[in-house]
Formats: sequence, C-alpha cells, structure tokens
Amino acid sequence: MSAVTRAEYCVVACAEAWRGAGEILASPMGVIPSVGARLARRTFSPELLLTDGEALLVGVDGTVEGWLPYRLHLELVTGGRRHVMMGASQIDRFGNQNISCIGDWARPVRQLLGVRGAPVNTLNNPTSYWVPRHSRRVFVEKVDMVCGVGYDRAGGARHHRIPRVVSDLGVFDFATPDRSMRLASLHPGVSVGEVREATGFELAVPAEVPYTREPTAAELRLIREVIDPDGTRAREVAS
Amino acid sequence: MSDKTMSADEAVSRLESGMTVGIGGWGSRRKPMALVRALLRSPVTDLTVVSYGGPDVGMLAAAGRIRRLVAAFATLDSIPLEPHYRAARERGAFALTEVDEAMFLWGLRAAAHRLPFLPVRAGLGSDVMRVNPGLRTVTSPYEDGETFVAMPALRLDAALVHVNRADRRGNGQYLGPDPYFDDLFCEAADAAYVSCERIVDTAELTKAGPPQSLLIKRHTVTGVVEAPQGAHFTSCAPDYGRDEAFQRRYATTPWPEFAARFLAGDEQAYRAAAGEAT
Repeated sequence: MSAVTRAEYCVVACAEAWRGAGEILASPMGVIPSVGARLARRTFSPELLLTDGEALLVGVDGTVEGWLPYRLHLELVTGGRRHVMMGASQIDRFGNQNISCIGDWARPVRQLLGVRGAPVNTLNNPTSYWVPRHSRRVFVEKVDMVCGVGYDRAGGARHHRIPRVVSDLGVFDFATPDRSMRLASLHPGVSVGEVREATGFELAVPAEVPYTREPTAAELRLIREVIDPDGTRAREVAS
Repeated sequence: MSDKTMSADEAVSRLESGMTVGIGGWGSRRKPMALVRALLRSPVTDLTVVSYGGPDVGMLAAAGRIRRLVAAFATLDSIPLEPHYRAARERGAFALTEVDEAMFLWGLRAAAHRLPFLPVRAGLGSDVMRVNPGLRTVTSPYEDGETFVAMPALRLDAALVHVNRADRRGNGQYLGPDPYFDDLFCEAADAAYVSCERIVDTAELTKAGPPQSLLIKRHTVTGVVEAPQGAHFTSCAPDYGRDEAFQRRYATTPWPEFAARFLAGDEQAYRAAAGEAT
C-alpha cells in the first residue's frame, strides 16, 4: 500500500474525536471529518449515529434507521447526545470560533455564513473543530465575532466542552491549567516550528510532542476503498 | 367551507410596507420563491424579514426591500455563501438581528405559543449577546439557578411558505424528508400564505402521504396559492431537486442583469425565461 497521505492522517485524527463516545450522534462538517466519522463508525465506535447529511439517520450501508429533520436535530443538540465537528474561519487560543463575518460586525469586510448553530452547539454538546489550512489568518489572537464559545467565555457552563481541534498540521486540545490551546500531536512530517509559524497566538507546547498515530492497514483500506474511493479527501488537504 | 385560493399577486397585495414577514423553508430548500417573486413585483418594502436564509433573503436584500433581517445564516447550500446577501451586508444595506439557529426556533415557538419568551441554553458567552444588546437573560427559579437566554417571541405579521400539496381550505402537506419549520411560521403569524405545487381535494391529501405529512393546519392559513415550480430554483423534494445550473447563474450574474432577464415579468414569464436558460 502506498504511503499514508496527510489527508489520511487528518481522517484518523478526526475519527479519534469520536472514540469512546458511545451511542451518540456524530455530526461531522466538511469532507475529512465526514470520512473520519464514518471510519470511527466502521471500526472502534460502532454505536455512533450518523445522518445522510439531510433528514435521515443511516447505517454504514445507507440503511435508514431513523428520522432527524432539522427541528429534531436542534432538539437533539439540547439533549447533549451529540459530538459535532465544525469548521472555523477563525479560532483563538481559548477555542472561541468565528464563522459569521470578518471585520466589524456592524459593517463586515467579509460576510461569511453567520453564527449558524455554533452558540447552541458549544453550550450543549461536545464541539470540536476542523481547519483544513492551518494559518495565522485562522488561528488568531482574537476572533472578530464569537460564534462558538471558548473556555474563557463559557463561565464554566455545565455542558461546555471542546475536545479537540484538528488541522492539516496537527491535533490540538485545551488540556492546560488555564484551558488555553495546546499542541497534542503533530502529523508525521510536520515540525513544532512549522506549527508555531502558522499560529497567530502563543501555543502551549509540551516538552515531548507525540506524532498523530498511524492508520492501521484495515483503516487505510476502509478509507481508500470503501468510504472515500474517489479521493475527495485530497481536495480538502493535499498530500 | 371557505375557499382560500388566491393568486400570488393577491396574497402579496395583502402585505404592507414595514411588516414583519417570516419566510419558510431552509437555505436553498423549499423556499416560497413564487411568493418572493410576487413580492419583488409589488411596491412592498421596508420589511423585517425572519428567515433561515437562502435566496429569498438574497433577492429581497439585493432589491433593497429589507430594513431588518432576523437570521442565523444565509446560504445557497451547494454554494455556501449567499452572494447577494453577502454584498448587501458588506455595503451596510440593512440592519441585522443575528441569532443562533436554536434561538430562532425557540423564538418561533414562543410566538406560536403566545409566550413573550422561552428560555434557551444558547447565546450566552457568544457575541450574539454583544450584537443584540436588547437580549435579556432569565434565571431558573429552582435550585439549579442556571441562567438562560430569554429568547423573545418572533411574532410575525405574515408568513410565506411553500409545500408540495394543499387543499383549498389551507391544509398543507409536505412530501419530502424534512418539514423544516413551515408549520411554526404559520402558527407564529397573524396571516399565513401557503403556496403549493398542486391544489388537490382534501380526500386526495392522505393518498399522497400519511396523516403525519399534513404539516400545516387550515386554522393557521389565510390564503392558498397554486404555484407549480413555486420553489424554483430551490429544492422541493420529491417533486423536484434544486436547479443547480440556474442557481449558479443566479449567484454569478450581477443582480440588475438577473432581475431584468428573469424578474421583469410575471411568474409565467419567469418560468419561460428560466426554461430557456437551462
């Protein structure tokens, strides 16, 4: 089998977000988180619920096992039995996330999506993030509009948790005394310096940083032959 | 039994400038586009629009009809950013009440239930609180003492929605996988106008789908408009999917050019022009 690509390390890093999650809904947004969630479902987290991206809950072979239109999806969020992986146009060192607009909210330089469900997600169920191009434009000192709530603004909210941030360079978490972002693992081929260079704030870096784990042969086969045979993952993260 | 059928232009003639109008569907999905096109033909303006935004918001914003928008997002789904909405926001064309998707739903529910607000665990800690300084919180009177956002009711002067089938009395049916929030829009409004792909006899409704597909109840409906292809170019499953080629054209054509080519005439002219274009 050919060498593991960066996109494939990213898939595995995203899949790991749902390890041990139990019988909850996995809500991946973006191609690589979607491949990751399906990989987790097919391997180490078989109890996960997945949707077809619209209103149906489906098994790995597409068998419909339930109905989840938007209104029920929003209610499921408030019940907490879900782990969403959202995108982020900006994210700061405490995990505040922005997908609404760039610049002054009253008159934005660039209007983006809007807050969408980020406020309800972050106060109700575990929310992780996926950033396909790690840069100082995304990893900023201060986000322009707080959509997803970070640790410094959550005020200890009962159900607030940001398990991880996955980028094309590595995996990050908030396992520090002040809940600021920490480098948890580097994807093979990436250096600490490279990550620091691409991050617009002071990142916590442990003395020993592990590498993101290798996919197993079975996982690689699932990714390449079953879940994403057309290689759409490479359009989000080049090799 | 009252016959509530009317034309799209008649329905829109009952709207007034300055009204708060809720628009059903979600993003670029089952939007009441024929009613929006009728609105664009009318002089009605200065609207507060309440919508899970798609091209309905984009068109009304581009045409300068929106004074305030209440929304959590605007998207064309297959094209993530709604270009006309985006341009209007960047030139400061209207005021925005930006709330979370769940806050929006709780606001509609509060209005439908005639409550002044509903508590919701969303918004706190986010800049939704900063950009909506009028939002208040409410504290649980029980021992948990938790603080919530008191999402105010999104009461509507009028609602515009589109479904697959309806009878002449205003019973509306959706046949796709998702009802979206169209029943709530109707319940939250003083007057609701339901367009549909086809008006059928009441007895026909339960032949097309189970009773659970009868989403909208006639006591919440003021007018029924038969509008085949009335959600075009958004999706209206299972009757038709999104017209992706036409949506791309909408997204990439300068607004004055698009409006002149497709929106200058009536609905029949729109369908003819759209048919030629794709």
